[in-house]
Amino acid sequence: MNKKLFKWDFWTGITILSIAIFGLFLIYPLFSLFVSAFQNADTGAFSMENFVRFFQRKYYYQSMINSFWVTTCVTALAIVIGTALAYFMSLYTIRFKSVVEVCIIISLLSPPFIGAYSWILIGGRSGILTQFLQTTFHYDFPSIYGFAGILLVLTLKLYPFIYLYVAGAMKNIDSALIEASESLGCSGIRKVVTVIVPLITPTILAGALMVFMNAMADFGTPMLIGEGFNVMPVMIYSEFINEVGDQANFAAAMAAIMVIITSTIFMLQKYVVNRKSFAMSSLRPMQVHTMKGIRNVVMHALIYLLVAVSMIPQIVVIYTSFLKTKGSVFVPGYSLDSYRTIFESLGTAVSNTYIFSTIAILMIIFLGMTVAYLTTRRKSWITDIIDTLTMFPYIIPGSVLGITLLLAFNDEPLLLSGTAFIIIISLVIRRLPYTLRSSSAILYQISPSLEEASISLGASPIKTFFRVTAVMMLPGVMSGAILSWITAINELSSSVILFTGATKTMSVAIYTEVIRASYGTAAALSTILTLTTVVAMLIFFKVSGSRNVTL
Amino acid sequence: MSVEIHINNVVKRYGDLTIIPGLTQDIRNGELFTLLGPSGCGKTTLLRMIAGFNSIEGGEIKFNEQVINDIPAHKRNIGMVFQSYAIFPHLTVRENVEYGLKLRKLTKTEIKKKVDDILEVVRITEYQDRLPERLSGGQQQRVALARSIVIHPSVLLMDEPLSNLDAKLRIEMRSAIRDVQKQVGITTVYVTHDQEEALSISDRIAVMKKGEIQQTARPHTIYTRPYNIFVSTFIGHSNLFRGHVQSTETGKAVVFADGYTVPMDNLSEEAGDGMEVIISVRPEEFSIQQEGLACKVRTKVFLGKYINYSLGFPEEMLLPDQPSIEFSQDLGHAEQVLEVGDTVTLRPNPVKLNVFTSDGSRNILRDVVHHE
Repeated sequence: MNKKLFKWDFWTGITILSIAIFGLFLIYPLFSLFVSAFQNADTGAFSMENFVRFFQRKYYYQSMINSFWVTTCVTALAIVIGTALAYFMSLYTIRFKSVVEVCIIISLLSPPFIGAYSWILIGGRSGILTQFLQTTFHYDFPSIYGFAGILLVLTLKLYPFIYLYVAGAMKNIDSALIEASESLGCSGIRKVVTVIVPLITPTILAGALMVFMNAMADFGTPMLIGEGFNVMPVMIYSEFINEVGDQANFAAAMAAIMVIITSTIFMLQKYVVNRKSFAMSSLRPMQVHTMKGIRNVVMHALIYLLVAVSMIPQIVVIYTSFLKTKGSVFVPGYSLDSYRTIFESLGTAVSNTYIFSTIAILMIIFLGMTVAYLTTRRKSWITDIIDTLTMFPYIIPGSVLGITLLLAFNDEPLLLSGTAFIIIISLVIRRLPYTLRSSSAILYQISPSLEEASISLGASPIKTFFRVTAVMMLPGVMSGAILSWITAINELSSSVILFTGATKTMSVAIYTEVIRASYGTAAALSTILTLTTVVAMLIFFKVSGSRNVTL
Repeated sequence: MSVEIHINNVVKRYGDLTIIPGLTQDIRNGELFTLLGPSGCGKTTLLRMIAGFNSIEGGEIKFNEQVINDIPAHKRNIGMVFQSYAIFPHLTVRENVEYGLKLRKLTKTEIKKKVDDILEVVRITEYQDRLPERLSGGQQQRVALARSIVIHPSVLLMDEPLSNLDAKLRIEMRSAIRDVQKQVGITTVYVTHDQEEALSISDRIAVMKKGEIQQTARPHTIYTRPYNIFVSTFIGHSNLFRGHVQSTETGKAVVFADGYTVPMDNLSEEAGDGMEVIISVRPEEFSIQQEGLACKVRTKVFLGKYINYSLGFPEEMLLPDQPSIEFSQDLGHAEQVLEVGDTVTLRPNPVKLNVFTSDGSRNILRDVVHHE
C-alpha cells in the first residue's frame, strides 16, 4: 500500500465530480455575480457605482433596513413562542400531544408562501374575515399587508424550527441535573433560569440562525403580502426582472450585499455557538408532570390556539380549492372545477415538480453518501476544500442562487438557462449540504473497523463501501432525503427566477396564479402540494421511526 | 494454507513521528504469537501493517517467501478479529460468517458446509439466524472469530479481542480462542496489553516498548528470566534493590546494600567483583526466615488465597521511584501472619533472583535469552 502520487479509482472520480459540480454551479456563478456587481452596466469597467447607488437612494437601502427589522422581529417572536411551547410540551402532560406535534411539523413543512396567500384570503382587502367584520359590525379590520402580515406569516411558519430544536435539547437534559439543583436549594423559576435556560441556549441559537436565514431569504411571503413594505429578496427579484435583457449589474450588487450580510450572521452565530456549546446526553430524561386547575386549562387553551392559528392556512387553502369559480372569481357553491383546470392546463407543472425533485433527491443521496465518505474517511487537503465549498449554500439565499445561475449560464457555450437541468441543479446545490452533514454524522457513528473487517475478508474497498458502509448509512440518509424532497417540491425562491413555460413547477404555478388572481387554481395546486407533503411526512415517520425532524 | 511471517527491519512513520524505528521478528507457522506492551508502544500499529491497513515506510513483511508490502489488504487473505468485534449489524450471524466465503466464489453447498462446521466449532449454531444486536459480547466475539477463520486465512490477526468483555467472560473466551486456534492450526498474531492474558494464551510473547521489541520468549521464560528491567516490571510485579557483585575463589555472590549476601552460581562472565547491579525479587519469592532482609510491614491487604504486604525498607537499599515494595504470602503455606507495624526478616529465593546491569538494560544471569 505504498502511496502513489495519483491513483485513478472510484474515489478520485467522486472527488472530481463533486469539485466540478460545486465549482461550476456554485463558485463560478457566485464569482461572476461579484464581478458583475463591481462593473459599470454600460462599459463593463470596474466601478463601485452600483453599491454607491444602493446606499444613496433611500428606496433601495430602506429595503435592507426593512429586511433586518422584520427578520429580527420574526426571530425574536419565534424564539419566545417556540421555546415556551417546547418547555410546556416537554415537561407537562398535554392532551393529544402527538396530534399537536404533527400539526406543528406540517405547518413547518408546508409551502412557505401558502401562509401568506391564505392570510390574504382571510384578512386581505376582500378577505373572508374582513368582509364579515365590515358587513356585520362595520368594523375596519387592520391591514394585513406590509410589515404586520410578513411578521405574522413568517413567525407562524418558522417558530416550529425553534420548537423542534429546543424540544430535542430538553430530551437530553438529565433529570439528575434538575435534582442536583433542587438538592442545592434551587427551585421554581430560578431553576429554569439558572439551569434549564443555560443548557438550551446553544440550541436556541442554532435554531435562531435557521429562522433568521429562512426569514431573511424568504421571497414568496413578502412578495405576496408585503406590498409597499419592500425587503431585499423582493427588491433583488424585481430589479433583476426589470433589468434582464439589459445588464443585471445593480441586481448583482444587491445580491452580493445580501450574501455578505448572511455570511456575517452565519459566522457570528458559529463563533458564539463554538464558545458556548457542550455535549449533553441523558440517561434519564426529565419527568413529565401534570399541571393542575386553571393553569392547566390556560396552558392547553394557549397551545391549542397556537396550533389552530398555525393550521388555518392549510385549512383555508383546502376549503377554497373546492369552491365554485367563474373565471377567477368565486361564486356560491362547491365544485371540482379548480382541479379540472389544473389537469387541463397545468398538468406539466405537477409532473415537473415530482420529476425534478425526485431526480434531484437521487443525485443528492448518491453525492451525499459518497462525498460524506470522502470528507470523513479519506481526509486530505482536497476533501477539506470540498467540505468548505459545501458550506456555501447555507449562506446563499435561494433567489440569489437563482440569479447567479441565470447570469452564469445565459450564454454559449454553457447555455443552460430555461432547461430542466438548471432547476434540478439548483435543488441539488441547495439541499446537498444538509444531506452531507447528516451523512457525515451517521458515518462518524459507524466504526471504521466494520469496513476493515469487510476488507480483511476479501472485499475490495469499493465493494466494501457499497455492501457494508452504504447499506448501513442508507436508513438515516433516506429519512433525511425525504425531508429534503419535501423542501424540494415546495421550493420557490430560486425556481421562480429559473423557470420558463416548460419547466414551471407547482410552487411557481401557485405563485403566478396568485399574481393573476386566479385563487381557485392556486388553492387546488396548494392542496395537492400540502397533501403530498403530509403523505411524504408520514412516510418519513415510518422510515425514521421517530418524529425528529431536522432541516 | 497457514504461513510463517517474516518481519524484516520494518519502519512506520507518520510525518516526522517515527512509531516503529526498525523492527525484525519471525513468527512461526501455526503458533499463537502475542505482541504485548503498554498503550502507545506500537503493537497495534505493527498488527495493522501486517493486515494492510497501515502503510509500511521501510523494510518488508513476508508471508513465507512472498513480500506483501504492496499487496492491498483485501488480497492478503488474512482473518482479523477486532476489539469492537466489528460484526455487521445489518446481517444475521450466519450471513456475517458467510460474508467472506461469498466473495470467494464457492458453491452454495460448500459454503453451507463450511459455515455449519465453523458455527459448531465456536459453538454458536443455535444463534445463527439472530441479528447481532441480540447477542452478548462473548457471543459476538465468537461470531467474529468464526467469520475470520472460516475463510481459511493465511494468518489470523487479533487486536485486543477480549478487552470489551467482563472479567469472567474474558477468561472463558481466552480458552475458547486458544482451543479453536490449536484445532485449526493457524498462525496467529495476538495483540494485548493484558499481561495475564498474554501469559495464559501465547506460545511466544514479544514484549514491546516504544516501537522496539524488548524480549521474545515463551511465557514461562519471560516471567522467570526477564531480559531487562522493563520486562521484569511490566510483566508481574518486581521489587528492585541496589546491590553489587562479590567475586571470590569460592564463587560469586550478590550483596544487598545492607550487606546481606546471596551466593549465586548462574552469574555470567561479565559479572566482575564490585560491579554495581540491580537485584530483582518478585513478591512471591520472599519467605519469612531468621536470616535475610530486615523490613517493616506498612500495609496489609487480604486477598483470600494470599495476603499482600507492602514493605518499608531504608531508602538507600532501593531503586528510587518504585510504586511499592511487596511481599505476597501464600495462605496455603503460611505459618505466621504479620500485622501492620511488625518488623520481619525476609529471605529472597536465590534460584529465582534476577540480576540486571545498573542501568537496567540487561539481565546478567547465564540462562537468560533475548529471543527464544
